[in-house]
Amino acid sequence: MKEETITLTVNGRDVKDRKIVGKKGQTVLEVCRDNGIYIPTLCHHPQMPPYGGCRLCIVQIDNMRGMPPACTTPAVDGMVVNTHTESVVRVRKTVLELLLAYGDHNCLLCDSNGDCELQNLVYEHQIEHIRFKTDFVPKPKDDSSPMIVRDHNKCVLCGRCVRACLNLQMNGAIDIAERGSNAYIATFNNTSLMDSVCVNCGQCVEVCPVGALTEKKAKGLGRAWEMEKVRTTCPYCGVGCQMWLHVKDGRITRISAVEEAQPNEGRLCVKGRFGYDFIYSEERLKTPLIRENGSFREASWDEALDLVAARFKEIIAKHGPDSVAGVSSSRSINEDSYQMQKLFRAGFGTNNIDNCART
Amino acid sequence: MTNSFAEFSRAKMILAIGTNMTEAHPVAASFVKNATANGAQLIVVDPRRSGLADFATLHVPIRVGSDIAFLNGVMNVLITENLYDREYVETCCTGFEALRAKVLEYPPERSAEICGIEADTIREVARQLAAVKPAMLAYTLGITEHICGMNNVLSCANLQMLLGNVGLECGGVNPLRGQNNVQGACDMGALPNVFPGYQAVADPKARSKFQSAWNCGSLPDKPGIMMPQMLEGLLNGSIKAFYVFGENLANTEPDIHHVEKCLSSAEFLVCQDIFPTETTRFAHVILPAAAWSENDGTFTNSERRVNRVRTVSEPPGISKPNWWIFKQIAARFGQNWSSDSARELWDSEISQLAPSLAGVRYERLEGDGLQWPVPSETHPGTPLMHKDGKFTCGLGQLIPVDWIPPAEVPDEEYPFVLSTGRRLFHYHTRTQTGRALGLNELLGEETADMSPIDGAALGIQNGEMVRVKSRRGEVTVKANLTDRVPPGLIWMAFHFREGCANWLTNPAFDPVTQTAEYKACAVAVEKLPQA
Repeated sequence: MKEETITLTVNGRDVKDRKIVGKKGQTVLEVCRDNGIYIPTLCHHPQMPPYGGCRLCIVQIDNMRGMPPACTTPAVDGMVVNTHTESVVRVRKTVLELLLAYGDHNCLLCDSNGDCELQNLVYEHQIEHIRFKTDFVPKPKDDSSPMIVRDHNKCVLCGRCVRACLNLQMNGAIDIAERGSNAYIATFNNTSLMDSVCVNCGQCVEVCPVGALTEKKAKGLGRAWEMEKVRTTCPYCGVGCQMWLHVKDGRITRISAVEEAQPNEGRLCVKGRFGYDFIYSEERLKTPLIRENGSFREASWDEALDLVAARFKEIIAKHGPDSVAGVSSSRSINEDSYQMQKLFRAGFGTNNIDNCART
Repeated sequence: MTNSFAEFSRAKMILAIGTNMTEAHPVAASFVKNATANGAQLIVVDPRRSGLADFATLHVPIRVGSDIAFLNGVMNVLITENLYDREYVETCCTGFEALRAKVLEYPPERSAEICGIEADTIREVARQLAAVKPAMLAYTLGITEHICGMNNVLSCANLQMLLGNVGLECGGVNPLRGQNNVQGACDMGALPNVFPGYQAVADPKARSKFQSAWNCGSLPDKPGIMMPQMLEGLLNGSIKAFYVFGENLANTEPDIHHVEKCLSSAEFLVCQDIFPTETTRFAHVILPAAAWSENDGTFTNSERRVNRVRTVSEPPGISKPNWWIFKQIAARFGQNWSSDSARELWDSEISQLAPSLAGVRYERLEGDGLQWPVPSETHPGTPLMHKDGKFTCGLGQLIPVDWIPPAEVPDEEYPFVLSTGRRLFHYHTRTQTGRALGLNELLGEETADMSPIDGAALGIQNGEMVRVKSRRGEVTVKANLTDRVPPGLIWMAFHFREGCANWLTNPAFDPVTQTAEYKACAVAVEKLPQA
């Protein structure tokens, strides 16, 4: 099917003839983003269906009543859109004030400080005080899961976690319970996360724009602005998910998915996201070991490698090269397997090299 | 995989056979689930009602080890009801007459009896598959871990060729590889019969190419032996020295008692690993290696995508990258290997020697990597194999296969079938996941998963300790009564040393692939006196 293009006028009041080209079927938000026009959002996430919950992306459109949200409004040819009129900005500020009023948004006490979309929006809109008094009653944190901490008091009810669980990972462990100012994110029967059907994939943490969902293992290991992000490939199953290692002082503090990357398109599972810290186990082998009188003693590389080479040479000399065999690791990098088979073929003179390929 | 993960969520029909994707490949499973939300049909063929079956339009609980009977039955219907893709078969495939003759021996009624399902279910599956084109087939170790594993795979390929689904987007035959780099280890020639890039060691031209590239003496022309034969060799004395790199054979191989006897028979055993394991206990020398995030390198995933792995920290103590260790041993065998980094190994050796990887260079791997074959540096990679039914080998070969029962079937003494696999929260023998904080809290011990019907018959309550026994060993584990497991079946994993399914599994192997029959052996279950 041929893509039909549409032309919009965005913020044309100030910039004459600012024609914006989009594709039929896109929303106003998508057209604007594709053309580099900024509209603030909170509940919107590019990987999930539009939601229209936070009302921050409201715009004014000629010949349309009120202020429709850009994220759920289909873009139509000839549309005249204004994204930052005085009244639109005033409503956005009020929305942000209401969000701040209803919750415990204290950045000093929050793990997402510096990595928080609410914090950024409040700064951007220069909110200086909150005019509203509410009857907000704090809820207890749910830290039943070894991986995920849920703090309802920092939640802005954007519903991203619910959609990530339902639409991306399709586990459906959480939903929005109750209505209006009583609404909160709940598991089925309002159990703790640990007692729910949650599989701890952490996709909800990945998409949470604020500090309502955080990683237990990352606590205290560093602030968002201190992290270096290193892209790598997951060490577990054969899907080969692409991930960011968030590294501080050479230590992985947490892992997130590379959005839009193949093959995982911004998703990870519980092992990939949370199964990294074996690297730092005190039980790691740190030096070569040689068996002596029934136990192992530490050895230098030269001693250990000399011994391995001498024993292999001796056995090959006595019994022929096919009396030695080796198994390579299907966990380790390609280059390691290449070297091992080369050692067996070119060094030892045998093809007795295998890996656990078929199991 | 002939196809790519990106196609999963766009597929219109998926046949998932012998794959517990929601636990073993959760991210891939999420795309299959997305496909169903987009309106795709999903047929799950599995003795257990697996997590994926919850999303299926049809779950077909065939008996353990009856895959070929099932697939032959489906193909029987496709041919007798003239539902197969005649044009595709005539133009793209060879061997149809022989396949036809074979599957005609499997009318739905016969197959149904072997599989323990209704004959009409087989008809239904065939008709549904034929009604939607393309249909994608995905499988995992439920297909390969049988004494007829290779024939199971051939049978899957036969079905997809008969339906004209190979070489189409959202179609194909897609084995999900169990480990991060099992594809890569094979591509690199860590196999007894081929050099890197699947070039046969028996081919004199390949040998002379590698001999001159490696600047070594003549290379051995006789294919080597596979892992189970190596273990047997340790026992019968034909293998004296054994080098185990990053594998915990003492827990992963079937019949642990036997495997440990083999390992302890080694005259000289070298283990190269990142942790002490059950296997390193038998070593004479243990070499400490750099782990995942301490290496620069590449992994190759199930869809043949070569992707980068990057270093964030130094390995602990004086441990070293694996490639460095092999290089030092080679030097002691008089070989001076020049490559001194993973990147150099790839760019100046691997890509020069393996034609299917010729166009892959580290500088091209910065984004989403490349899917082989990548024959040249300007080639964009190959997300879809055998495009439009033009098979890399010429014509697609339809190869008739017969069903055989598992090597060990239930009897009076051992009345249950034991089938094994992986669980969500752990990976293999837990050398890694067992040391990642929190995962043991999510799953702390092994269980014997069994039907509540069998539980009731044996007087076993959920959570009670039971003894599971086979001809090779026994374990004591908690019973986990779940209606996801059909009566007559016990299901266990191999993550925990205590209660590891491999104390019980049967070291019977596919004669060609030497893959063990982890998916089927006979066991007895008894209730233990409760504490």
